[in-house]
Amino acid sequence: MTDTPAPRHLPNRLDNPLRSTILSWESLLIIVAVVIFIINSFASPYFLNAYSLSDLTFNFTEKALIALAMALLIIAGEIDLSVAAIIALASTLMGFALQFGADTPMLVAIGVGTGIVCGAFNGFLVTGLKLPSIVVTIGTMSLFRGISFIILGDQSYKGYPASFAWFGQGYVYWVISFELVLFLVMAVLYYVLLHRTNFGRRVYAIGNNDIAAQFSGVRVARTKFILFCLTGVMSGIAAVLLTARLGSTRPSIAEGFELEAITMVVLGGVSILGGAGSILGVVLAALIVGLVTFGLGLLNVPGIVMTIFTGSLLIVVIALPILFRQWRNRRPA
Amino acid sequence: MTPPVLTLSGITKTFPGVRALHNVSLELFAGQVTALIGENGAGKSTLVKVMTGIYQPDAGEITIAGKPVTLPTAHAAFEAGVTAIHQETVLFDELTVAENIYLGHAPRNRFGMIDWRKMRAEAKETLDSMAAGIDADIKLKELGIAKKHLVAVARALSIDAQIVIMDEPTAALSQKEIEELYVLIELLKQDGKAILFISHKFDEIYRIADRFTVFRDGEMVGTGLIKDTTQNQIVQMMVGRSVDHIFPARNAVIGDTVFEAKGLSHPTEFDDISFAVRKGEILGFYGLVGAGRSEVMQAVFGMTQPSSGTMSLDGQTIAPKSAADAVEAGIVYVPEERGKQGVITGQPIFQNVSLPSLKKTSSNGFLRAAQEFDLARTYTERLDLRASSLSQNVSTLSGGNQQKVVIAKWLATHPKVIILDEPTKGIDIGSKAAVHGFMGELVEQGLSVIMVTSELPEVLGMADRIVVMREGRIIATLDNKGLKPETLVRLAAGIAEEEAA
Repeated sequence: MTDTPAPRHLPNRLDNPLRSTILSWESLLIIVAVVIFIINSFASPYFLNAYSLSDLTFNFTEKALIALAMALLIIAGEIDLSVAAIIALASTLMGFALQFGADTPMLVAIGVGTGIVCGAFNGFLVTGLKLPSIVVTIGTMSLFRGISFIILGDQSYKGYPASFAWFGQGYVYWVISFELVLFLVMAVLYYVLLHRTNFGRRVYAIGNNDIAAQFSGVRVARTKFILFCLTGVMSGIAAVLLTARLGSTRPSIAEGFELEAITMVVLGGVSILGGAGSILGVVLAALIVGLVTFGLGLLNVPGIVMTIFTGSLLIVVIALPILFRQWRNRRPA
Repeated sequence: MTPPVLTLSGITKTFPGVRALHNVSLELFAGQVTALIGENGAGKSTLVKVMTGIYQPDAGEITIAGKPVTLPTAHAAFEAGVTAIHQETVLFDELTVAENIYLGHAPRNRFGMIDWRKMRAEAKETLDSMAAGIDADIKLKELGIAKKHLVAVARALSIDAQIVIMDEPTAALSQKEIEELYVLIELLKQDGKAILFISHKFDEIYRIADRFTVFRDGEMVGTGLIKDTTQNQIVQMMVGRSVDHIFPARNAVIGDTVFEAKGLSHPTEFDDISFAVRKGEILGFYGLVGAGRSEVMQAVFGMTQPSSGTMSLDGQTIAPKSAADAVEAGIVYVPEERGKQGVITGQPIFQNVSLPSLKKTSSNGFLRAAQEFDLARTYTERLDLRASSLSQNVSTLSGGNQQKVVIAKWLATHPKVIILDEPTKGIDIGSKAAVHGFMGELVEQGLSVIMVTSELPEVLGMADRIVVMREGRIIATLDNKGLKPETLVRLAAGIAEEEAA
């Protein structure tokens, strides 16, 4: 180091991009996905088959769509536990409208619209009234599903038109389902939004330090409100797909989806404390969760054991990134 | 001569991309104050963390009372008799004073439960012996920062620590409170404690310290007795060069009024605040800590809403509802709390700098990395930022360099008015001179600068006009011509207090 304070040239970056790619969480997820894929192929003779693999995608796309928006919300330091309840309310209102002869475009508009309204309501409570999101969305989780129970009781809505069912059961080409195509398109859109736009950069800034972000002229409340609305929209879309796939609505629809969506987000390497994570990681994590549950299903593992498995997975994925980072930090730089 | 109580030798600590400490040594003696001096980023804070068990050195030896020790945890350091009083005290607001003093080593009764009566009595005794005038039973949050420091000292006394580290204890204190702290330090010396005193202020060091150790760029560059060394010699060790003048000559042309506030009021923080700043002018805001200066500035910056009053910029009435509004209008604010409000420590330098300017570096809302790096490089190099690359995480920078990142972030927005809140608080002489020089450049380019400061030499050396605030009100607005420091101190402290004294 010289004593003369000559202006020095600051390079853009010093670290080796290849090295950090190899050591990234996403690389680890790819390896895990491949290993589970291979195990599944050996464990069940029915797995390695185009139609089985197509069925597999129905297993996770609805939850994964929510996980995409949830990832941004968690990166910004907030959370939405009401997503499954939003699905229930959106599905119930679609079924309710069906009784009055709503056609397919109308049903889709009601499903997605309910999602937006619910998301905006969450966003208003969190950013307008400055309440903690975990408390707000535990409350709205009961509220939204409660409304479904009042409307439906122990009844169910059935008789959705075939053109509506296509959203959940249709194929775009050969075994490529509409759900999968929609998910892949959305994944690309969310990738661009988070990693390639000013909006995404502000989301990271807010998640790292929302006070300093505000002091830097970022409109923190507005950004968070938009994120809640996005999560609501994705829940509305998931409600359309799920209702169309099942062909019926019960108030207990999509129970537990919020935990699986959050599991995908956290397994994808998004810090539960906010400020870090990537869409690629979330997409890979969604695939892994899908592979695991589908593989267990093929092996006729009972539902109760699968619940134990996903519960354990949630704990492990919250612990693993922390252990992984500790391991990486311990390596000499 | 008595052997040192604590000896550090060959201590080395490296972080990714940064060599924080390289083969440094330090000796502390019983009953003596050793001043640790160095620019920001010289490694002082890292050394304190090594001594208090928060960081583990990569190499080197720590010896306490002649025995080599390792300090794997903060608790181990505490057991070894090392305690630290930090710039921002790490105490617990919701606990009582007595609980804070005895946290972790409360007296126990024979059932192994905390002996509350004994704890309170002993806490009271310790506080009385210091003439602190603090009730041991009130919650800590009811005390001001100075009294909190006294509680921290009482804690040091109660755990019978042989080694007391004081990391810029006077940074947030008024002159009167600093005098009281000196008395306490004398008390600790008489008690035979070895004290490490970290400060940027030479008058303090010469007043209180017996020895000194100077760090520069993570290395020990000098040590000796204060009485045998001149200030100039120490300054030269610190910066490796002599600092001739600290305050730059002001030769900016002062123009028309740019920003004006009329009758700004807030229910609890300030009342009837009116001031104006002109093009090319540095307006100083002087007052004691808690006089309401920062609160006024945060209202101007849109972070809080004044209950009444008006603001205008270039003749247009403005009412910023958020910081984003203020930035768009052309008013920016460099906050006092750098770590909490200024920088986003989890993110790299270039992202911190570009955050308010993303509209300029992007196209249709999509990021353009090359433009972002260019923008960040232009402004950080202008400020002579010391970093290894623009992708370096801001958390790995020293305080002075973090401040440069905050200033660079705002300059990139081309503001009209820049508000600097305690811009040189806790930063070293070299960085201070850089910030002062830069303020001179800014006004020469026609910006208006509002500088909130509690440091007399700074306000007298830099400001064209000085607003003095006390208890949420403006007491005087003075032209900085032939002003005596005493005048400002008297105005800021209030005449009533002088009569009582």
